[in-house]
Amino acid sequence: MLSRRLFTQSAAGAAAGMILTACGPKRLYEAPKDRLKAAIADLERKYKERHGKAIEVSDAGPIPGVHFAYALDISRCIGCRRCVYACVAENNQSRDPQIHWIRVLEMEKEKGVDFSHANPYYNPAEVPQEGHFYVPVSCQQCENPPCTKVCPTGATWAEKDGIVVIDYDWCIGCRYCMAACPYGARHFNWAEPTIPDSEINPDMHYLGNRPRPKGVVEKCTFCIQRSRAGRYPACVEVCPVGARKFGNILDAASEIRYIIEHKRVLVLKEELNTAPRFFYFYAT
Amino acid sequence: MLSRAAGILLALSGLVVLAADGTRPPAAASSPEHLEVPPPPFSEGIFPCSSCHAGMPPDRHRRELAAMHTDIVLKHDETHRWCLDCHDADNRDVLHLASGEHVPFEESYRLCGQCHGEKYRDWRAGVHGRRTGNWNGAKTYLLCVQCHNPHQPRFHALAPKPAPLPPNRTMK
Repeated sequence: MLSRRLFTQSAAGAAAGMILTACGPKRLYEAPKDRLKAAIADLERKYKERHGKAIEVSDAGPIPGVHFAYALDISRCIGCRRCVYACVAENNQSRDPQIHWIRVLEMEKEKGVDFSHANPYYNPAEVPQEGHFYVPVSCQQCENPPCTKVCPTGATWAEKDGIVVIDYDWCIGCRYCMAACPYGARHFNWAEPTIPDSEINPDMHYLGNRPRPKGVVEKCTFCIQRSRAGRYPACVEVCPVGARKFGNILDAASEIRYIIEHKRVLVLKEELNTAPRFFYFYAT
Repeated sequence: MLSRAAGILLALSGLVVLAADGTRPPAAASSPEHLEVPPPPFSEGIFPCSSCHAGMPPDRHRRELAAMHTDIVLKHDETHRWCLDCHDADNRDVLHLASGEHVPFEESYRLCGQCHGEKYRDWRAGVHGRRTGNWNGAKTYLLCVQCHNPHQPRFHALAPKPAPLPPNRTMK
């Protein structure tokens, strides 16, 4: 009896130790710096060859004292989908097969926020449509993410600044994370992604918008290549009604804090205790 | 409750002082930080207004404009308002507040903020309207009039970008 318990304990310990040392964030951040640099230089060379232009892959880590959060004003969003296509262009998403990290749901005002009556395929001549409101959904960057817990290879994890990332080199395409995500925010490359070379965004991040191979999962990273360089994500800058807000939740002077302290704020599927860092609010 | 009352009193006394000595509040008081805004969106060749208005005596009577500016249709509380409530008759190249204080077109948000105080407050905090630049550094604001035509401020409907392909047709 005792020996069996001892055995299971040590086996579990060995397994945990292997995962921690072999993959996930440690693989990236505790690898010798020169080896990481060499690997990234290799990637840059490979991408340059493939796409015929100079490409920069950043390995910028989280900024100390920064916790990213996002807020979206449901009372302003008109469902124009400018954010969807700005995101596709910025983050090198496959054009065919089509992958969109942002999905804009049209909902009926009478029913409120109700996913069972949401329509992502609305296509009228002009938006907003009478009696409807719009809820764009992408990765909610949960503080308690269900997706990272089910990954068998430790290929996805939450960074210290709150961004849930994927290491495409470690993803084995099992799609457990997609099943675990209650927001449908993760997307799978069923085929080799295609992006015209002229439309490749050369400003890349290792954990973000670098080209993905067939058979891996991808999702929103708060534009990690931009946000870790101090810039707003692409969707924030393109929104014609200014419904999208982004910043450091630890900074008391940030617009995110102003929203949380002064506006009516909600998160999607609060009852699941995922603790999203993506807030929805009503400015009016 | 007490502190709020004290705050209101303080604000009131501030107003009284300003009114009593008759001086304009220093620019810093009304715009404590420098706001990076793009230039106002004038129609081609319309500014400076004084290039036409310089030799014209101002007609302060409220009327339908027939000779010039007929393209402007006012749908902005038009029953109570007309041109010279915002535009200045003595200096055509500026706007004016209700107090009579002149405001350049580059700071038109101060004029809008007189009525839309709640929106103005949100805009200053970065919550109303779009901002571009850096979340932790220099940001570019937009003037109210970059999104809202001051004469017809209601936001216009837009054509949406294409809908996503349904799952069975994501591959062409």
